[in-house]
Amino acid sequence: MDILQVNNVSKAYSGHLALDDVSLNVPEGKIYGLLGPNGAGKTTLIRIINHITAPDSGEVLFDGHRMTQEDVEHIGYLPEERGLYKKMKVGEQAVFFARLKGLSKAEATRELRKWFEKFDILSWWDRKVEELSKGMAQKVQFIVTVLHRPKLLIFDEPFSGFDPINANLLKEEILKLREEGSTVIFSTHNMNSVEEICDHITLINNSRNILSGDVEELRRRFFADRYDLTFTGDPRGLMERLQPLAGEFKMLDPDGRGRNRLSLHVNGGGSDEALRNVISVANDTVALAGFSESIASMNDIFIRAVEEDSAERVSE
Amino acid sequence: MTKSKIGIVIEREYLERVKKKSFIFTTLLMPVLMLVLMALPAMLVMFVDKSETTVLVVDNSGKVADKLTDSDEVKFITSAGVTVDSALRNEDVGAVLVIPGNVYDSKRPTLKLYTNGPSSIMTEGVITGQVNKIVEDERLKHYDIANLDKILSEVESDVVLSTMRNDSEEEEEALSSGLSYGIGIAMSFILYMFLLIYGQMVMTSIIEEKGNRVLEVVVTSVKPMQLMMGKIIGVALVAVTQMVLWGALLAVMSAWVLPAIMPAEAMADVAAVQAGNFDGVSDTESLELIQAVASLTQVGNILSLVGLMTLFLVFGFLIYSSIFAAVGSAVDNIQDASQLTSFAVFPIIFGLIFAMVAAADPMGPVAFWASIFPLTSPMVMVARIPFGIPSWEIWLSLGLLVLGFIAMVWLAGKIYRVGIFMYGKKPSIKEVVRWIRYK
Repeated sequence: MDILQVNNVSKAYSGHLALDDVSLNVPEGKIYGLLGPNGAGKTTLIRIINHITAPDSGEVLFDGHRMTQEDVEHIGYLPEERGLYKKMKVGEQAVFFARLKGLSKAEATRELRKWFEKFDILSWWDRKVEELSKGMAQKVQFIVTVLHRPKLLIFDEPFSGFDPINANLLKEEILKLREEGSTVIFSTHNMNSVEEICDHITLINNSRNILSGDVEELRRRFFADRYDLTFTGDPRGLMERLQPLAGEFKMLDPDGRGRNRLSLHVNGGGSDEALRNVISVANDTVALAGFSESIASMNDIFIRAVEEDSAERVSE
Repeated sequence: MTKSKIGIVIEREYLERVKKKSFIFTTLLMPVLMLVLMALPAMLVMFVDKSETTVLVVDNSGKVADKLTDSDEVKFITSAGVTVDSALRNEDVGAVLVIPGNVYDSKRPTLKLYTNGPSSIMTEGVITGQVNKIVEDERLKHYDIANLDKILSEVESDVVLSTMRNDSEEEEEALSSGLSYGIGIAMSFILYMFLLIYGQMVMTSIIEEKGNRVLEVVVTSVKPMQLMMGKIIGVALVAVTQMVLWGALLAVMSAWVLPAIMPAEAMADVAAVQAGNFDGVSDTESLELIQAVASLTQVGNILSLVGLMTLFLVFGFLIYSSIFAAVGSAVDNIQDASQLTSFAVFPIIFGLIFAMVAAADPMGPVAFWASIFPLTSPMVMVARIPFGIPSWEIWLSLGLLVLGFIAMVWLAGKIYRVGIFMYGKKPSIKEVVRWIRYK
């Protein structure tokens, strides 16, 4: 079941196309990465999902029906550019935002106290926002975003501005929210965090969706038939011996024990026989310590996909 | 649902401002401060004029000096055979007055006043006044008219004008045009200040929200239009609160404090004016003052004026603050706003100028049209109201103002919802117009 479906959405701003026929499906209960370079159109897409701007064409479905203003109450959005009213007291402000999301004053206060206690910031309740550090304000903002238990959470670069300890605390909270049934859209260009927590991704470049899919699957598919060999011995000799069986050799950084690592593409469609041949040749030539399927890092995928897409457009 | 969200926004905007110390401070202290400011010149004059100037008179005609009489400000002394220079060297002498020999014969005799330091207008006034009177009396004597003094005192006239409004529902109410002028100008000036100050308050607060990106968070729960309206209404309520508090303070002060400090006989006349059987001033006070006090101490009068003023304030504010809101949404900082704010500031200033014209000629065509046109009408209409204009004009003006406000809010909303997400370059007017047409 997809909690959110974006179908063929386009949006132009004074001649500039911000989104060009973008479609994507966000499965319920997953963490969905929305990736792309700066200016690709992520924020515009998020604004359309949040009903802040209307698309020129296309539609957004929420929980199977065309999205309405009421559905926005089931969304929690943490924008990249965090903002709070500086002169307002932290507690008052949090209650204000919670009420805007439909909670009553009493309800909001009760829930907020729970969260503030959990994040160990209850003592800030009566302090003004301008007295808080950036990281402190981020915590408050995060709480405000998730307080009304939205079905869909949208985080835009949630970890920026957090120290590693608090970033970890945040990550755990996000994973916990998923366990409790929330769906998370995670907009970022920090690829490490994508590998760690995203189940699915969509990569947007130059206003278009250029890549969508399950993270594990993408990483494998991207490096189809590529394998890593870990060994002690002469790499050049090994490469010569493997020449008929494999190609596209690439030396990787040595592993922790100083052993060589070689990445290669196995010819013959990666059949079991081809793999066995490579292993036996390698075994004869060097002291083989490991043989494993290469998995692309999201960083590789990101860079390659964006480059290919850009090249395609130039040739168009 | 959505309605209550506007309510939450209004509540926040209102409380944030009303709870500020500066708001409480200005609201309570401003009237006091204004009273002090008004009383200050009078008090200063009292202190300054304590000193008296000694004027040494050198009378070349020999017929004036002995007729000069000392007043509070000026003391005249005569001394034979001194020169101006030596007299001035005397510390006790503030000035030396030289009266020419031809003072009775010349058409325009020239008196000379030599002073140590600057001379005061007071002193000069006393001297010319007294010398004129002496010379006139002396010349009249040449005609040899019997009973001259008696004739003169019978001839003397001191006309006072007491205006009674005929069209007013309360016939006894008497507002002289001078008083109406004063009240009208004062009201439109107050309105002018409110529109500028509170209008710009809306603008700066939007720029601030945009600048620290709170807007991005708020608009995920509230539609931009609702947010804008919530802010405008919230600030309008603050303005009304202040206006009402000031009105109440003024009513209290003038209804109870003023009678307490006015002389009893003056208050008797005031009561007579209010009762409608006032038949002329006793010579001690001026009619103007009595009438002013009479209308100021009628609480009903003040409340109806303040009430109408509040109506024009509210709708005038709504129309102008939507312009200010649109400007605020379009720019990133106050500096960039200056050019665009002229769309709001110029009409307000024109309104005040037209209000001056209208107060001088309340029934003229300029006054009429400027008080009907929605952008200038708030200032101009309140300037005309004290003169007692037909009520249909007031309601027509208010009606058009409301229509103008609706149109302006619609337009501003269109600009606002695009503008708040535009960062960076200051938009040109052409671009802003294009935003209006966005879906």
